Amino acid sequence: MPRGAYGPDLVSPGLTTCEGCAMEIVARAMTRVLGPRTIVLTPPGCSAILTGFGTETGWKIPAFQSNLENAAAYMSGIRAGLDALGKDDVAVVTLAGDGGTVDIGLQALSGAVERGHRFIYICYDNEAYMNTGIQRSGATPLGAWTTTTPGGKRQHKKDIIAMLMAQGIPYIATASAGYIEDFMRKLERARQVDGPAYIHVHSPCPTGWRMPACDTVRVARLAVESLLWPLYEVVEGRLRVTVKVKEPKPVQAYLEAQGRFRGVSPEDAQRMQERAVRHYRRLLAQEQEGEA
Amino acid sequence: MPTVKALDGNAAVAEAVRLARVQVIAAYPITPQTPIVEHLATAVESGRLPARYIPVESEHSALSAVAGASLVGARAFTATAGAGLALMHEIVGVVAGTRLPVVMAVTNRALPSPWTLQTDHSDTMAERDQGWIQLYAESAQEALDLILVGYRTGEDPRVLLPVMVALDGFFVSHTVERVEVPDPEQVDAYLPPPPTNRPLLDPDHPVTINQLTSPDIFTEIKWQHREALQRALGVLAEAGEAYGRHFGRRYAPVEPYLPDTSAAEGWPPDVAIVTMGSMAGTVRQALRDGLLGEFAAPGGRPGPARVGLVKVTCFRPFPAEALRELLAGVQAVAVVDRSAGLGSQAPLAMEVKAALYDLAAQGRRVPLVQGFVAGLGGRDFTVETLRRVVETTLGQLANARAGGSGLAAGPGPTTSWPDLKLVAAQPARP
Repeated sequence: MPRGAYGPDLVSPGLTTCEGCAMEIVARAMTRVLGPRTIVLTPPGCSAILTGFGTETGWKIPAFQSNLENAAAYMSGIRAGLDALGKDDVAVVTLAGDGGTVDIGLQALSGAVERGHRFIYICYDNEAYMNTGIQRSGATPLGAWTTTTPGGKRQHKKDIIAMLMAQGIPYIATASAGYIEDFMRKLERARQVDGPAYIHVHSPCPTGWRMPACDTVRVARLAVESLLWPLYEVVEGRLRVTVKVKEPKPVQAYLEAQGRFRGVSPEDAQRMQERAVRHYRRLLAQEQEGEA
Repeated sequence: MPTVKALDGNAAVAEAVRLARVQVIAAYPITPQTPIVEHLATAVESGRLPARYIPVESEHSALSAVAGASLVGARAFTATAGAGLALMHEIVGVVAGTRLPVVMAVTNRALPSPWTLQTDHSDTMAERDQGWIQLYAESAQEALDLILVGYRTGEDPRVLLPVMVALDGFFVSHTVERVEVPDPEQVDAYLPPPPTNRPLLDPDHPVTINQLTSPDIFTEIKWQHREALQRALGVLAEAGEAYGRHFGRRYAPVEPYLPDTSAAEGWPPDVAIVTMGSMAGTVRQALRDGLLGEFAAPGGRPGPARVGLVKVTCFRPFPAEALRELLAGVQAVAVVDRSAGLGSQAPLAMEVKAALYDLAAQGRRVPLVQGFVAGLGGRDFTVETLRRVVETTLGQLANARAGGSGLAAGPGPTTSWPDLKLVAAQPARP
């Protein structure tokens, strides 16, 4: 990262996030890119921890705790209100988890994207309802243990990126808490967009993924290196893979680093491997064609 | 000079939104509110209303978007009906709890099931304890006026609360009436720009709004909300008085009416009919035009019974004290609700009874109260139904006196459904 190119972190120290929380890393980086003229919304999930408790707050920027399913709708009105008041230099951003995004928040998000308001929606994807104590979401991957998939999830992760791309969103990107500079560059681009921008950040959760807190960045990077979470962006329909993986690691390396995948059968691991390679090749082909 | 137009209630609401110089509108169409949405979209498109119009994908998002606009300080408006209001329910509480002075028109529609397109107050009554100010319009003119009174009341720094203006679906929303539309300059003199000295999402003064709370402060925040709602009653009365000075039509939380004399001189009547919304208009006209005929006065007094109307315009906060003083001298009260109150008594009747209970504590006589449920799902509230209401109430009064049990004591009369069509039981299918 070009050190010093971004402003200070606008999240307070001493937060009550879990040890090794990727969401907190994402939040701090987010404020460094977007700066003080930003309004942030957090649905009642892990990121609401930053929005504080009682009379305390973790944000040094204006913040609002939305409902779980309607952050994008609140943002629509905030942007319209700012426009009406002539305040066009303010960024409006939501920092929402995967459940609040791909499950219960899908309708409000889809509606807001379709209407084309200028906002940034960041989904920190820790692949389950973590704040309520590790329940499956539509973003939980195949085979993962959660308290509501005690035998491992039997379905694949919902592809929210493809869904929003189908709506023709002007800017969309995947990102990773293990590649924070890549995330910050993407957020910088998202801020320039005159319309909705969406960034989906793979965000390991040591508590829910059953792994040591010191492994957050290592596991996030393993997901990218094993092709399970490729990093790319799509600007006005043009796709670019932002982190090329020359020598992919086997998905086994990623799965074995986490307790939640302990029950995955070798057959399922093989299926995940093939699916990941296929997906990555398709992305490279799309990049070649210059179209998503 | 105001312009006189032929408008239905929905169009009158849209005119009020334009006059209030609303800055952000978010709405989702639902029968019978849809014309409000269409009028506003057209007004914005044509430039007559310089506002942002957000065509949201649901009512839940409509109220969320309106909340967002109000959170940064813009004057915001939405409108809905029936099931749409039910879908908003979660956000109804947020808007009130975060003290956002938005105004929402509700074109009343009965909640399912069964489905109906037509009015009753089950939709707004389901939201009655969410901490909004709730006003009920008798006519298209009142719908227009109460939107403006609503903004002035809700935005008052002593209040800072959202306002629901309810108008009966079709009876008010789709009936074309003579409506005086005030001059924009006159409205500007009545309604100042929205206040900015309240907590806002503003990068120049960063605050966090609506975070998680502990039992340490939750109660106190509810108390502040309660106090604001109590203050709203007085502020609403002021705003209603001021409206009279500016536009010649005065509004009060409750309003008595007598057909032949001013309420100030002729009150109390023998029987007071307490009701809301368009049913108040039906009662008013039936009394004024003598459509009910005459009833024998209670207690064998010579001459006909004197019947009056008490219209409740403001249901939340409930104007219990004003109502208590109005009803203290009458002999019997007929409360006509337009929602069923399933599992208990209907909401307005419960409120009236609760308000009158304090009379006994003060050593004063408590009038008989008979509750009625009528007009459900758009059933016409007819003169015949109203006649049955008065007859039943006078009959209950005579019974209570014959029993000598005292009006407040003894088994209370149950709620009556005066427009129920009792049908013979059908034989079960083999």
